[in-house]
Amino acid sequence: MSNTKNTKTVMDKEGIERCLTRIAYEILEKNKGMANLVLVGIRTGGVYLAQRLQKKMSDIEKDKIPLGILDITLYRDDIAVAKKKPRLGETKINFSLDDKIVILVDDVLFTGRTIRAAMDALIDFGRPKMIQLAVLIDRGHRELPIRADFVGKNLPSSLWEAVRVDLVEKNGVDEVVIEEGT
Amino acid sequence: MKFDRKDILGIQDLSVDEIHLILETAESFLEISTRPIKKVPTLRGKTIINLFYEASTRTRTSFEIAGKRLSADTINISSSTSSVVKGETLIDTARNLEAMNPDIIVIRHSVAGAPHLLAALVKQSIINAGDGAHEHPTQALLDMMTMKEHKGKIAGLKVAIIGDIEHSRVARSNIYGLSKMGAHVALAGPATMLPRDIEQMGVNVFTKVEDAISDADVVMMLRIQLEREKQNIFPSLREYSQHYCLNRKNIQLAKKDVIVMHPGPINRGVEISPDIADDPSFSVILDQVNKGVAVRMALLYLLTGGSE
Repeated sequence: MSNTKNTKTVMDKEGIERCLTRIAYEILEKNKGMANLVLVGIRTGGVYLAQRLQKKMSDIEKDKIPLGILDITLYRDDIAVAKKKPRLGETKINFSLDDKIVILVDDVLFTGRTIRAAMDALIDFGRPKMIQLAVLIDRGHRELPIRADFVGKNLPSSLWEAVRVDLVEKNGVDEVVIEEGT
Repeated sequence: MKFDRKDILGIQDLSVDEIHLILETAESFLEISTRPIKKVPTLRGKTIINLFYEASTRTRTSFEIAGKRLSADTINISSSTSSVVKGETLIDTARNLEAMNPDIIVIRHSVAGAPHLLAALVKQSIINAGDGAHEHPTQALLDMMTMKEHKGKIAGLKVAIIGDIEHSRVARSNIYGLSKMGAHVALAGPATMLPRDIEQMGVNVFTKVEDAISDADVVMMLRIQLEREKQNIFPSLREYSQHYCLNRKNIQLAKKDVIVMHPGPINRGVEISPDIADDPSFSVILDQVNKGVAVRMALLYLLTGGSE
């Protein structure tokens, strides 16, 4: 949130909440309830969004839905050559994925490489019946043939811009901003 | 924090921040060993050579499993089945291995400084898996990781290390690491097994085991190297165990929630009585082995990459 960069807020707290509420209903509608559904959030932003979806879906269906946490670092396609090794986070999926419908949750869908890594990781944990993707923002510029099943907002962006999702759990504020790159 | 070392040669040259980073990275790797498919693709296409000039079960297997769980290709060379028996020198062996382009060479050697010699000679990353009586850094890291998990911290712990300090690379690496991390180390052993001026490493030294164990959070027993009996540094195993064996009686002097560690292999009834070694309310010996794989995965992960 530095003043030197040209930033523009494209979604506020209410906007994020409405998007997530709609996505929660869409997931339940498409899958006809939440039997057999599990949520897996991609660290770190995706985890907070998955937690919010978990709460919303549980409130709607009056039932519990399992939530897993996935760190995709070890599955990145650039990890073997990365000069600086990213700090690893914890992966925690305490339930079987076999024959489950996995709702993979992330904050921003961009090149698709993170999702490719996440799908490889999920398949190492079992054989899901289906994997569906829910993202808050789809900013385009795919480098792999991947699309989201549930999108909060399509946000056409240019490559020199950065899209940042701030969440209360992480940065103390709920907003989506576009930053002009330096 | 950036980790840009080429080699891991000893705990002595690691900073506190680096030790924290290694331990935290290792904690994230623990989970992989509990998965149904215990493998991640991270080091696909990397080659790791385990070059062992001394006998080893735990360390060599642990490095091999760590490499394999990261999808690296691991190759084991033990001196008894290599050209060492034909008289090839360490330097020639290293140059030949280098020519085959591995990414990491893990070496254990009976001569202190052998890994350092290799590190200066070849472009590959070198990991010291034990050099003479000098250092065994991965053992100290897994020991610290075990202490951190069971006690929630390392700083402020009282750690007693008992046995043949003089010949123990495990003791030396742990003393370096634990002192850096703010733990208090107490040593005990027969005078013939305590190096002169060891106090200069910032440790308390006792000749009676009871004094070192008293009020300890962690008791680490060292293996008595049976071959040393011939060197007249102790009269007999029987006498050693009468004075220095950890048993039901002297363990009472430690804190109630004390954990007992041992780097293995154990001489049952010599340095540790079997009922203590096998008592899950004290012993974390097998947990140390479990942590060993995670620590080695963390080091392999942190050392590879950076081709540009």
